[in-house]
Amino acid sequence: MPEAPLLSIEQAEKVFGGGRTLFGRMRPAVHAVQDVSLEVRRGETLGVVGESGCGKSTLARLIVGLDAPTGGRIVFDGRDLVAEAGKDLRRLSRDVQYVFQDPVASLNPRKTIRTILEAPLIHLLGLDRTARESRLSELMDAVNLAPEFLDRYPHEFSGGQAQRIGIARALAADPKLIVLDEPVSALDVSVQAQVLNILDGLKTRFGLTYVFISHDLSVVESVSDRVAVMYFGRIVEIGPARAVFGSPRHPYTHLLLQSAPAPGRRSLVSEDAETELPDPYNPPPGCAFYARCPRGTDMCNARQPPLDEVAGETAHRAACFHPHEGR
Amino acid sequence: MAEASTATAPAARPRKRSSGRPDNLGLLLNNRLATAGLAIFALIVLTALLAPLLPLPDPDVTAPADRLLRPLSEGHLLGTDALGRDILSRLVWGSRVSLAVGISATLIAAFFGSLIGLVAGYAGGRVDTLLMRGIDMVMAFPYILLALAIVAVLGPGLLNALYAIAVVNIPFFARNIRGIALGLSRREFVDAARLSGKSHAQILFIEVLPNVLPVIIITMSTTVGWMILETAGLSFLGLGAQPPQADLGSMLGDGRKILFTAPHVSIIPGLMIFALVMSINLIGDGVRDVLDPRLKSGALTRPVARTAVMRDHAPGKFLPSPGAVLDVRGLRTEFHFGREIFHAVGGVDMRLGQGECLGIVGESGSGKSVAAMSIMGLVPTPPGRITQGVALLDGEDLFSVSDERVRQLRGSAVSHVFQDPLSTLHPLFTIGDQLIEAIQAHQPLGKARATEKAAELLKLVRIPNPAERLKAYPHELSGGMRQRVCIAMALAGDARIIIADEPTTALDVTVQAQVLSLLDALRRENNTGILFITHDFGVVSAICDRVAVMYAGQFVETGTTAEILSSPAHPYTAKLIDCVPVLGQPERRLDAIEGRPPVVNDLPVGCRFAPRCPRAREDCRTGPIPLTRFGAGREVRCIHPLTREAADA
Repeated sequence: MPEAPLLSIEQAEKVFGGGRTLFGRMRPAVHAVQDVSLEVRRGETLGVVGESGCGKSTLARLIVGLDAPTGGRIVFDGRDLVAEAGKDLRRLSRDVQYVFQDPVASLNPRKTIRTILEAPLIHLLGLDRTARESRLSELMDAVNLAPEFLDRYPHEFSGGQAQRIGIARALAADPKLIVLDEPVSALDVSVQAQVLNILDGLKTRFGLTYVFISHDLSVVESVSDRVAVMYFGRIVEIGPARAVFGSPRHPYTHLLLQSAPAPGRRSLVSEDAETELPDPYNPPPGCAFYARCPRGTDMCNARQPPLDEVAGETAHRAACFHPHEGR
Repeated sequence: MAEASTATAPAARPRKRSSGRPDNLGLLLNNRLATAGLAIFALIVLTALLAPLLPLPDPDVTAPADRLLRPLSEGHLLGTDALGRDILSRLVWGSRVSLAVGISATLIAAFFGSLIGLVAGYAGGRVDTLLMRGIDMVMAFPYILLALAIVAVLGPGLLNALYAIAVVNIPFFARNIRGIALGLSRREFVDAARLSGKSHAQILFIEVLPNVLPVIIITMSTTVGWMILETAGLSFLGLGAQPPQADLGSMLGDGRKILFTAPHVSIIPGLMIFALVMSINLIGDGVRDVLDPRLKSGALTRPVARTAVMRDHAPGKFLPSPGAVLDVRGLRTEFHFGREIFHAVGGVDMRLGQGECLGIVGESGSGKSVAAMSIMGLVPTPPGRITQGVALLDGEDLFSVSDERVRQLRGSAVSHVFQDPLSTLHPLFTIGDQLIEAIQAHQPLGKARATEKAAELLKLVRIPNPAERLKAYPHELSGGMRQRVCIAMALAGDARIIIADEPTTALDVTVQAQVLSLLDALRRENNTGILFITHDFGVVSAICDRVAVMYAGQFVETGTTAEILSSPAHPYTAKLIDCVPVLGQPERRLDAIEGRPPVVNDLPVGCRFAPRCPRAREDCRTGPIPLTRFGAGREVRCIHPLTREAADA
């Protein structure tokens, strides 16, 4: 009997816009996230990759309770996350935290680091002054920053240091799950490695579970146990990182991996120029990747391929009628 | 310019800021008009405050015998009015009243207006609609009518006039503040505060308000003068201060009837109002210039059309290297802020042959963009200046030719492709218009011929259905398509060289692959040299023939792409390659580079990488390290390079 997952998302959906205007006209609606189901197990890192506009950040906001899904269920540790976030975000925020993409924009420019880090300690944990002091020094130590930085303002920090402060804030309430939304993409490459190594260390030290969202395939590959690939609001492939990166089944995953530049890789596979994302206001009836897919058939255009298990591999699923063969 | 700004604004400096940049008050005093305004205003306020202590006669005591004395008469410096009251005394006491009313009305309007604006902007949705439509209704009345109506209901009197003026000005604050609050409420730090457990009220007043405060102050400084005028207006109409109380407006009103017989009675308070309001407006403008972030970021300094070239000594005759289209030697570019000098580029040589692609790799702040922008004089002056070096384009020194010649070459022989295509393209013109403009700038073609050529260019960058796409606006195209348009524009004048500054960084991987293969094909077909600036060794592998690795304003290693990637000789190059995860090698341990790059206004004496280098020895720190030959076509700025043997071992 496998352990119950820490987070399970069932057919989550988020629609922006929609509804009717005052005079009864339909407002255009965009399905940012559609029919997303996944599980995050205790202690693992689930990587979520996809290109801009694929809905990965919306998914992240649903998980931390900043946005409410318009459909589906999200269960965290046996609790209904959506209902809880609607009633009292604080209770959820004690367990689920978020690290933002832009480290400098996520810190209020007019507050000292101490004020920023104390906020979760006061509002989420209700610690008194002495308890806060010791927790603050613990946090600064955890992200490898000198304690005298506490009384400085965000603009005095470099991107990498600011992101470490962002991580410290997420850690402050001692959460179980941290959603990292592109945590290193705004950073320089040399700093990227520092932050990734710190995240790795914290995970083992505090027994954390990560949902790691990024557009950078190599970063996701290096941190993830399992990977979900998103395209146009849906998960097109999910499975163990080694399987998804080693033998991608969905043609989109295939294309992503072929397009990614890597040191020493001379030629990149590129498609024709006509390949575009479908119009989000007018989505195609079938597979969203159909227009770009070299393997597409009429069946793909007619209906949505289900996210089915790949033949021969248990944990590896792909939403494709004509998947690539395993290697 | 992103390069320069990161280089010049290093976070958490080791020493306390000793910068030559003046603080806010210093900046305000730099503005001569604002200083004059401040002096006049301070004088008026001081006099008004000290009114009870000054040896002035009672302003309300009438003396019919002394009525309408001219200024400079005995005992009455500014004369007397129709009732024989001392005008100087009434002027001082009247200013006191006008100032008090103007300032308190401003405070009241600022308080309520900002509150409404903050709540509307933060809450959004229905609350916003409701509040702002209410504000719109207040604005729909002519303000003086509204003020008259309020006074009519409450009855005339100074206090009621104050309320009326405050109410009339609330919309002004509400609108301004709502805009700012709306923008701030969507910022990430607000989400972060919610996840830290703060309530909406706490977020609004603890997180958002401090960031709106400068705008409130700017708005207040520009409204005080206006409010004083409005108070005077109401008093002039007899709705404000009631006799015998003196107030600038009522004094003006009293003098109106005898304007021709005793003009001084009305001219003197009129001049006072003028001086008061003028000085406040001058201060307000000054305060706005200092506090407004848009103006702070340099909108007030107008850079000249071309980077200033201030070479200490005239360069000797340089012969271009054989086969090089572009040959840059010893380029130094500096930024001067106050007394501080930032050495953004400290002696760079680069050669680019026909159809060759040279990659410049470095982290932000390494000076790679500044070096590339210096070639065509695109570094803004002030503060930038080129202090040394030559840039030979087919043997012609770009740093010594005329401005007109540089203008001709920009966009024709040498063109640029930048990181963000959306900000490079003008949003209000179709891409056809913009391409045709670029074509006609360099070739005397008619509209029809230019349109044809524009369509050909779009075809060249593989945009399907080019004739139709010419009519599209930039926002109608995807990011990849936009970048193709920018590349087409760069090709409009038959470029010899394209300077591409992180052209794919803002694009998705699949689109990046398309743009890279397009650039690669174009340079082969048209023999265009590409100077490709990036931070990504993967991208370099895909397109560049040769690579130059840049660190703190200098090249630390140059050579062919394959050689540098397989056996880096400079420790920085090796570390830079090792700290990036590589696709297909998830088990690889990421080797972070400890420490941070040096600040370019405070560079170490010896090797600039020595403080972070594990191989650094004593001799690395004693003097500058030259760029030395290291095998065929390869140069390294290191005296203890990683040799091939060491790399293998």
